[in-house]
Amino acid sequence: MAEKAASPDRRPVVTPTRVVAGLCLLAPFIAMLWVSSYARIEPTLIGIPFFYWYQMAWVLISTALTAVAYKLVQREQRARKGGAVR
Amino acid sequence: MTTPVTTLAAASRGINGVALAVFVFFFLAVTVMGFLAARWRRAEQSASLDEWGLGGRSFGTWITWFLLGGDLYTAYTFVAVPAAIYTAGASGFFAVPYTILVYPLIFTFLPRLWSVSHRHGYVTTSDFVRGRFGSKGLSLAVALTGLLATMPYIALQLVGIQAVLDVMGVGGGEHANWFVKDLPLLIAFAVLAAYTYSSGLRAPALIAFVKDGLIYLVIVVAIIYIPIKLGGFGEIFHSAKETLAVHGPTGKPRGELASGPNAQWAYATLALGSALALFMYPHSITATLSSRSRNVIRRNTTILPLYSLMLGLLALLGFMAIKAGTDTRGNAQLAIPQLFADMFPSWFAGVAFAAIGIGALVPAAIMSIAAANLFTRNVYKDFLKPAATPEQEHKVAKLVSLLVKVGALVFVLTMDKTVAINFQLLGGIWILQTMPALVGGLFTRWFHRWALLAGWAIGMVYGTLAAYGVASPTQKHFGGSSAEIPGIGEIGYIGLTAFVLNVVVTVVLTVVLKALKAPEGTDETVPADYTADLGDKGVTADLPPATTGAPAGH
Repeated sequence: MAEKAASPDRRPVVTPTRVVAGLCLLAPFIAMLWVSSYARIEPTLIGIPFFYWYQMAWVLISTALTAVAYKLVQREQRARKGGAVR
Repeated sequence: MTTPVTTLAAASRGINGVALAVFVFFFLAVTVMGFLAARWRRAEQSASLDEWGLGGRSFGTWITWFLLGGDLYTAYTFVAVPAAIYTAGASGFFAVPYTILVYPLIFTFLPRLWSVSHRHGYVTTSDFVRGRFGSKGLSLAVALTGLLATMPYIALQLVGIQAVLDVMGVGGGEHANWFVKDLPLLIAFAVLAAYTYSSGLRAPALIAFVKDGLIYLVIVVAIIYIPIKLGGFGEIFHSAKETLAVHGPTGKPRGELASGPNAQWAYATLALGSALALFMYPHSITATLSSRSRNVIRRNTTILPLYSLMLGLLALLGFMAIKAGTDTRGNAQLAIPQLFADMFPSWFAGVAFAAIGIGALVPAAIMSIAAANLFTRNVYKDFLKPAATPEQEHKVAKLVSLLVKVGALVFVLTMDKTVAINFQLLGGIWILQTMPALVGGLFTRWFHRWALLAGWAIGMVYGTLAAYGVASPTQKHFGGSSAEIPGIGEIGYIGLTAFVLNVVVTVVLTVVLKALKAPEGTDETVPADYTADLGDKGVTADLPPATTGAPAGH
């Protein structure tokens, strides 16, 4: 998938913050598409096979990761705006 | 498919009076709300497409959350996904990774679309594609695909309503003629059409609050109450394992409890393909563009996954239906409504049915509005009547929202309803083919417009033919959405295979056309358009009423 392209001003497109945010967004894809890593029954959680509770746990993990990415992107945006205009 | 386990639930087949009364009460309440919605947060200038179709583009985080959630949390969630689990076990659970993957994608792509749309007054993806690539042909292809793909998705909602009506005993049964059988469905459908027609996007946005309240209530109760009644999750999965291992009429086991080695490609491709498809649907775009700022969208991707968690829990209801020995009378779509009817007291079953019914109506309304926006802007105005006034556009959009629903009815009446999840997957096969133009266009102008058009055409033809060739136990064609991936030999989602083919053709032809120096078309956007936010020059939350006629190169 394409990374963030063309920025309006002449600043580097790839910054450490963006790389970290990108990784946060990429992680769920690796985890979820690698089906054989979680296609098993044991260990069960309150009777629910691993296959199911693991994927549902990833709902929470990916939410946390997206929230981190959001905070990072927002912080960088603010810093850019502050530096450029005000 | 008949359940091999003995049916414990020999529930009465008559009309369930209490449940029906509760259902009708809620249904009437939201209908009144739907009509009153026209007055909610109303702007002075109301007879324009922006007002009717995007609610004036003024929705904040919470309403956007409800709207986007409305797209995901549909009859699909309540009926089709648990039914797929009930029928085949683990393979139906792909809906969970699917909805996990949607949010990182939205986070990455849609803020750029929001920005460029608010700079140039785009209402649809086709608007953007035309502006970006200067190609009316490509824009038309995207518009027609959106219209086509939306119909089976709306049809899925109708199947959901029908399942609820059947279980309540007002579906008419097998012996009634088709008109009596489908009459309640047609009534529900007419009500939906009427308030969408009069109130536009405000109606589903307002009703979404009621819908979500009901749905959360029902889920929380169902997920705690039913397992207790059935002896806990351990019991449920133990029984499901045994039932799924029983060999069906095809000589193979009915399903698995965890995705086996032969099913893993299909599982992953279904999840990825559906995720890529979801935010390209006109209705996802409508909900996104009606938000107030870029940040509303991003903030939403951090709270929307709440819905996915609920989806996962609901999916498990499919196993509970197996354990409970729910009698589905050969139609797996009835599994969850019937489970509710068997487990809950009548009045609460009525609440649950109302949740499912209204949960189907809201997205159906949003979807038909989105499809109408698309037709009006990109077919009617671009090709049929370029000089149309905002009032005329408004009128045409309302009419098309009706026609799209009729198209959906055709899908319901002609396709195999026993695997309703395929309705959603079939739409996905088509809508995915617009991705290179849309997402490619959001990030780069490298692709050539004619190459995109050719790639789209190849993807559409391959996807449709492949889906046509899939048989199911009850139907010869369009019986499923997975087939062997050429060259890999594994079973995978047709939509994703077609998409890869589409991209390959697009890339190759782009190289060729660039070498031949074929005309590229004009790009009316500039890089800064893609990152503009509320408060930047030329960006307003509420686009001026003139938007429908301005300013993008007509």
